[in-house]
Amino acid sequence: MPIDILMPALSPTMEEGKLAKWLKAEGDTVTAGDVIAEIETDKATMEVEAVDEGVLGKILVAEGTEGVKVNEKIAILLAEGEDASAADAAASAPAAKAEAPAPAAPAASAAAPVAAAPVASEPAEDPEVPAGTPMKASTVREALRDAMAEEMRRDGDVFVMGEEVAEYQGAYKITQGLLDEFGAKRVIDTPITEHGFAGLGVGAAMAGLKPIVEFMTFNFAMQAIDHIINSAAKTLYMSGGQMGAPIVFRGPNGAAARVGAQHSQDYASWYAHIPGLKVVQPWSAADAKGLLKAAIRDPNPVIFLENEILYGQSFEIPDVEDFVLPIGKAKIERTGSDVTLVSWGIGMTYTMKAADELAAMGISAEVINLRTIRPLDIDTVLASVRKTGRVVTVEEAYPMCSVSSEIAYQVQEKAFDYLDAPILRVTGKDVPMPYAANLEKLALPNVGEVIDAVKAVTYTA
Amino acid sequence: MGKRQLEMREMAATKRTSSGAGAKADSRSRGAGDNSAPAIADFSKEQELHAYREMLLIRRFEEKAGQLYGMGLIGGFCHLYIGQEAVVVGMQMAKKDGDQMITGYRDHGHMLAMDLDPKGVMAELTGRRGGLSKGKGGSMHMFSKEKHFYGGHGIVGAQVALGTGLGFSNKYRENGNVAMAFFGDGASNQGQVYESFNMAQLWKLPVVYVIENNKYGMGTSVERSSATTDLSQRGASFGIPGEQVDGMDVRAVLAASDRALEHCRSGKGPYILEMVTYRYRGHSMSDPAKYRSKDEVQKMRTEHDPIEQVRKRVLDANWATEEDLKAIDKDVRALVAESAEFAQNDPEPDVSELYTDILL
Ligand SMILES: Cc1ncc(C[n+]2csc(CCOP(=O)(O)OP(=O)(O)O)c2C)c(N)n1
Ligand SMILES: [Mg+2]
Repeated sequence: MPIDILMPALSPTMEEGKLAKWLKAEGDTVTAGDVIAEIETDKATMEVEAVDEGVLGKILVAEGTEGVKVNEKIAILLAEGEDASAADAAASAPAAKAEAPAPAAPAASAAAPVAAAPVASEPAEDPEVPAGTPMKASTVREALRDAMAEEMRRDGDVFVMGEEVAEYQGAYKITQGLLDEFGAKRVIDTPITEHGFAGLGVGAAMAGLKPIVEFMTFNFAMQAIDHIINSAAKTLYMSGGQMGAPIVFRGPNGAAARVGAQHSQDYASWYAHIPGLKVVQPWSAADAKGLLKAAIRDPNPVIFLENEILYGQSFEIPDVEDFVLPIGKAKIERTGSDVTLVSWGIGMTYTMKAADELAAMGISAEVINLRTIRPLDIDTVLASVRKTGRVVTVEEAYPMCSVSSEIAYQVQEKAFDYLDAPILRVTGKDVPMPYAANLEKLALPNVGEVIDAVKAVTYTA
Repeated sequence: MGKRQLEMREMAATKRTSSGAGAKADSRSRGAGDNSAPAIADFSKEQELHAYREMLLIRRFEEKAGQLYGMGLIGGFCHLYIGQEAVVVGMQMAKKDGDQMITGYRDHGHMLAMDLDPKGVMAELTGRRGGLSKGKGGSMHMFSKEKHFYGGHGIVGAQVALGTGLGFSNKYRENGNVAMAFFGDGASNQGQVYESFNMAQLWKLPVVYVIENNKYGMGTSVERSSATTDLSQRGASFGIPGEQVDGMDVRAVLAASDRALEHCRSGKGPYILEMVTYRYRGHSMSDPAKYRSKDEVQKMRTEHDPIEQVRKRVLDANWATEEDLKAIDKDVRALVAESAEFAQNDPEPDVSELYTDILL
């Protein structure tokens, strides 16, 4: 029986990669453990080892091919004595589906779509980007790196420290190239010692330097949260305005994929609770670039919550010399008239898809990308609510005491008379993140839930 | 318990002459690089009188703070430094302009030693607008950028990592300054202390870690909290030199501080000074200190008081008369009275201050 060799997943969030190089040719004998190919992901180049023995019967994906999906057949391995015709037959069979079955779609969204003509829900211009600004494609990862590099060129007091940020080029390759350009004095590999290096960073900031402290993920920042809150956020107040901490704490936050409960938490509401902090949660590459530059220049401690799943995603960003976005200003991503969808960070991926589907169903959704959680741009939300009368918030974090809860509170306080329906929130479920693929999917929000919530508040079920 | 530890514990409890201390200090400074400098600094008349005055100012200031606390003028926690004055004064005499200090909540003495106006310190204790933090920090949280005093921190151990960051900034800027991070025997068991030691030695940061071993962390003695009680050796696994110092003798403190600061300034990395000292009062104003005997306290006061030691030496050497010393005391008392007066009459912060200084 010929054996399929499939495109392997080399990281929790990898969906596709480039088949960079074949190290074996058709007809070569392969034993288990042989390196047969090299695969490039957006993070690294990895070697693929054979797990079975045999002869490489047929290569199905040529070297240099980009965008090879995980689990796609890339070659056929023949057992001793099998001939090439077996490989041909195997090549045409569908690849084994390794993925777990998807959970059943929520009942409501499976119901017949509302019969209505598609309505307007237009992509909105960013007022921060003048019309006619040249644009270019950038991943969130590149945008973050460029933001740091630009600010480090601009200000010698800016330095970056964290685990694996220098020689390894970043655990998620966000600091790629920085060591080369800025040297070991300003790009500093720390020991695995979050509490210690967070405190060290705050001390350096109190003395006037401008550290960027990278947490490998924000899950580990719980060991450092004392310094973030007690030392960084409160010192300006406690010193009567004499000294604060111009520092950025950044890193991936929230769920990646299949990493389980201890590596999948969204901390936005934790930090948003604290006076003396600013909390930024970008979605697009433009958000990432413009806001990280602003965060580095900000004289206050800024918590900058990234998301691993977004790192590899590509967006259009302004191709200009110095693109800085204001902290504390939301962006209307789409204009609409029937309902206001408020989201931020990775929540925006569900929200934008839902808005598309809703438009096709005849519901015009206005989408607000908060960009900053604290200070919260409630005015932009309120202006929209006064127009639509309906609000749904979308985020991946737990519901209890969430950012959604705060938005709902402020909207009812400040725009009660404009509301035509209760405010609904779509959040992660109130459970530790499960590992099993099906349960994980259930624990996270999905587009169907957003659509259901919108139907409920627009009474169009 | 090893012989050395026993010796150390006895150190502050037995009467020692200055010459005897030399040999002991040598044996206590395992790991300390160049230890050729004497264990006890030879003080000039000016140095003795300076130390006397500075220590007395702290003592009188703290006594007054205790009084005001009793009158309900100071609220919350108030941790007095009485008994430990030689530590910060000796270090202050060794430091250069630009060197930074950072400590925990027992911080009034450090601020006075860093030349901050007693009025500003006292008014902060009473929560008035003329306080160093405009009344918004309180006894445990005071800072002065101008005088390089970085607080005043209420979380036990936090100042160690923060102080390491001050050292980091000195190295980054190549400004030749050294950071002094003060913390207690109790704090020395915090994990971040060792995280800091590791980074400081790894990156050769100019930080003197000053462990003020006053024998107790609140009500728990060092012996009941620490698996090893020679705290000067807590950096041993990182290769950080450390010495135990008679923290009741300002001359010993100065000599050790000179060594430590020189070590740091010359780029050799951090240094640990365990200042063996004693606090006479309870942990804070609300602590009746039932965990130790009156005798223990009395013995320290009569046999090792840092101020009395200087006083006796100056008189013995005929560097001052009783009258001269009385005049100093009078001066100091006037300064303290003035600060107390100010701290009681200065208005509370304007209510508009509630919402200022949160963000820049
Ligand atoms: C992280 C933390 N835990 C506990 C406390 C409460 N606390 C305040 S002071 C103290 C004792 C510290 O003793 P030590 O370090 O020896 O300093 P000392 O008070 O003797 O100067 C404790 C437990 C605190 N402030 N912070
Ligand atoms: Mg103590």
